Amino acid sequence: MATKALNRTSVAEFVLRTPAVGPALALLVAIVAFALTTDTFLRLDNLSLVVQQSLVVGTLALGQTLVILTAGIDLANAATAVLGTLLMAKLVLTGAPAPLALLTGLVVAAGIGAATGGIVTSLRLPPFIVTLGTLTIVTAVSRIYADGQSFPVTDGLLGFLGTRQYLFGQVEVTVGMGVALAMFLVLWYALTRTAWGKHVYAVGNDPEAARLSGIHVRRTVLSVYLVAGIVYGIAAWQALGRVPNADPNAFQTGNLDSITAVVLGGTSLFGGRGSVLGTLVGALIVSVLRSGLTQAGIDSLYQDVATGVLVILAVAVDRFSRRRQR
Amino acid sequence: MTREPVLAARKLVKRYGKVTAIDGADFDLLPGEVLAVVGDNGAGKSSLIKALSGALVPDSGQILVDGNPVRFHGPLDARRAGIETVYQDLALAPAQDIASNLFLGRERRRPGLLGRVFRMLDSGGMRAEAERVLGDLGVRVKSMQQPVETLSGGQRQGVAVARAAAFGTRVVIMDEPTAALGVAEAARVLDLIGRIRDRGLPVVLISHNMPHVFEIADRIHVHRLGKRVALVSPRERTMNEVVGLITGALRMGENGQLEEVSTVARTGLTTRP
Amino acid sequence: MGQRRPHRTTTRGLALLATGAMLLTGAACTSQKAASSGGDSGGKIKIGLVTKTDSNPYFVELRESAKAEADKSGAELIALAGKFDGDNDGQVAALENLVQQGVKAILVTPSNSTGILGAIKQARDKGILVIALDTRTDPESAVDATLATDNTEAGRLEGQYVKAALGDRPPAVIMLDGTPGGTVDQQRHDGFLQGIGLAEGAPQILGAEPTNGDQNKAQQAMENLLQRNSSVNAVYNINEPAARGGQAALQARGLTDGVVVGAIDGGCQGVRDVQAGKYAVTVMQFPKKMAEQGVQAGVEFARTGKKLSGFVNTGAVVITDKPVPGVDSKDTAWGLQNCWG
Repeated sequence: MATKALNRTSVAEFVLRTPAVGPALALLVAIVAFALTTDTFLRLDNLSLVVQQSLVVGTLALGQTLVILTAGIDLANAATAVLGTLLMAKLVLTGAPAPLALLTGLVVAAGIGAATGGIVTSLRLPPFIVTLGTLTIVTAVSRIYADGQSFPVTDGLLGFLGTRQYLFGQVEVTVGMGVALAMFLVLWYALTRTAWGKHVYAVGNDPEAARLSGIHVRRTVLSVYLVAGIVYGIAAWQALGRVPNADPNAFQTGNLDSITAVVLGGTSLFGGRGSVLGTLVGALIVSVLRSGLTQAGIDSLYQDVATGVLVILAVAVDRFSRRRQR
Repeated sequence: MTREPVLAARKLVKRYGKVTAIDGADFDLLPGEVLAVVGDNGAGKSSLIKALSGALVPDSGQILVDGNPVRFHGPLDARRAGIETVYQDLALAPAQDIASNLFLGRERRRPGLLGRVFRMLDSGGMRAEAERVLGDLGVRVKSMQQPVETLSGGQRQGVAVARAAAFGTRVVIMDEPTAALGVAEAARVLDLIGRIRDRGLPVVLISHNMPHVFEIADRIHVHRLGKRVALVSPRERTMNEVVGLITGALRMGENGQLEEVSTVARTGLTTRP
Repeated sequence: MGQRRPHRTTTRGLALLATGAMLLTGAACTSQKAASSGGDSGGKIKIGLVTKTDSNPYFVELRESAKAEADKSGAELIALAGKFDGDNDGQVAALENLVQQGVKAILVTPSNSTGILGAIKQARDKGILVIALDTRTDPESAVDATLATDNTEAGRLEGQYVKAALGDRPPAVIMLDGTPGGTVDQQRHDGFLQGIGLAEGAPQILGAEPTNGDQNKAQQAMENLLQRNSSVNAVYNINEPAARGGQAALQARGLTDGVVVGAIDGGCQGVRDVQAGKYAVTVMQFPKKMAEQGVQAGVEFARTGKKLSGFVNTGAVVITDKPVPGVDSKDTAWGLQNCWG
């Protein structure tokens, strides 16, 4: 049935339904270009690094994707993750068992998500404003809790996602990659294969149409922020695997970086269209650019220029294609 | 009127502050008919329709389904009673495909473990069902996986109507279904309304377009100043007469005859102190 | 109907995106060529520099001095940076990418003394010489060598000067600190207290606020602290921007007379401020020396395999036009010749 239907649809519609194709193409072009201009980029250990470098922001961006699909935005995602890292690391240092510390971090992150969603839906305030508020609050709480210190990770469980393994004696993989992949698969399934996913898209696409179609709009939006909060909790765990040190000053631009990845992945800031696959690609594009341009000998400020140009391009493409659609 | 109305309203009232949107309105929809609701802008048509489709809760009066009084607290209550509404802006999610839109808000899950535990949708089944429903109603599209935004206005209307027809067991209400369409597409939507009637499902059609009303409607409910002022048959009255009733130039007399009202010129707005 | 349109749209969109990506990568190619046009890049020694940020003039000086030194000795310098003070993740990624690129030595100013140790270890395991510039790691043995100001010493000098300038007056100190948790920030803070002879939390300290070394935050902090208690006669500043902000707040309250204000850094703007009498003293540090010695050590290592090791103090000098007995100092004329930025 599915294959039959596929045959009947044109390539153009496939592209339209799969907005990750454009970003994937851009990623491919970048990879090929760097492979041609540098001798180091395409080495397996470098490719593995590129993936590792995109894990934390990529995870933050997965949660961000859910929120943006509902036509919202989450400025507090990185701050939430940072508070998560502080809780996990400090609790272990003060003698709590690691699983409990990890769980506390995850629960607090989920709680912040649920609270944000609750405020957005019950007070009907714009998510931008609400998360600007939670960003400020959560950052302050982090600083209060950290009390001017950063906390090294001493426990194996907290650093577990950074555990390295070598496939075929060559390819360096970390547990964090596996976790990111699993999280992506779960979210992809939930968004494309369950009613919840259809409702998330519909709510972002046109909330009034969704309401009239009998979808519980508030409940759906609330659940999105809750799930996003859990994802940010996992991002905290990823961050400790990557840099085994919880620092209240870390990831100050994580919120914008995650939005960058989402936008580069072809998800529309206007809500209702996009995919977690695109976001994964978007996060990779950022790391590929950073790594490739470094290897090509370009200073970091010019790398930021390149990322900025790509973001504007991606939004322009989205805006442009939407206008033509009408 | 020997048959029992499928959907009826008695003395509905809805006030917003000093404005009376529904002023003791009656309404009757008989089994198997297409009932056109006509009236000037601001006559209170849409408030009446919202009350019937559950989007608005009246202050007083009664709504009857198959003769039994009901109270709708929201659109879902009306849907549960088998009353489906095609809104003027269609209430479709443009970025999603046709099958998803048809089942939006009432998706079907796979049978067995996949559906119960993993909540997996029966995408294939829904696509097949969507294909069948659209086919039956003669709505032609390329594929069920086409995003709705790639459809023409008429095709979109077709999808929205098909959704109402597929799930409506008692009544389908359509708000200005032909307003945004070209001539050919409007004709196709009128055909569609006819086919729904042929299946025995009564249709309430809100429209400004007199030729369309006269083409498809079995009876015409004329709404003016928040209430029903006439219920006429398009076979017994001319378009001009119906327009006269809408503007208030004509009035339905005690004996069912039309009388001219020349003395007072009224606007459609009712503002009571 | 309407079936053609989406097709055109998407291909247009894709084309746009693809062109953009190619433009960017094209730019990458040309810049690479430009970078290597001076000589054969294959034979050039590559040295990496990772600073905390690339916006602070201090790090800009560090970067430019390193570039100049690298050019002089025929090496290629790749300068990367974190996005903000505390961006451990960004610094780790920068270190990894430098390792991939095959640099012989990495000079790094760690944002956090422990945050990036893992990445440093990986680099050293690959035989790369890693030198900490400006900021020590904890433990110091995590890097091959450290080229830095002794920040405790710098703080102590600031404290000693302030104490001497106050003379017989009992100190009433306001402290405009840096970033909470920052290594340098803590060392300067502690050094100052040693120099002035006060214990942490002593009643003579009227208040202490973090300013992140930011002029506006410092101004606000000072304004708020003065609201609480305006009997101040000495101000500690983490750096010169903080001193400027604090000074503005003092001036607004008419409190500049009799208040001894000290700073650390030795930026040219700071030295001019001292010359203009905006504050009494600044303790100069020498990023240029760090950068030059770091690059030299990297080139030396690449050529001969000899590693620089241990802590190399690049010095701290008190700059003031009002010398006090017991504290060695240079005047602002000397300061302007040796300042950075």
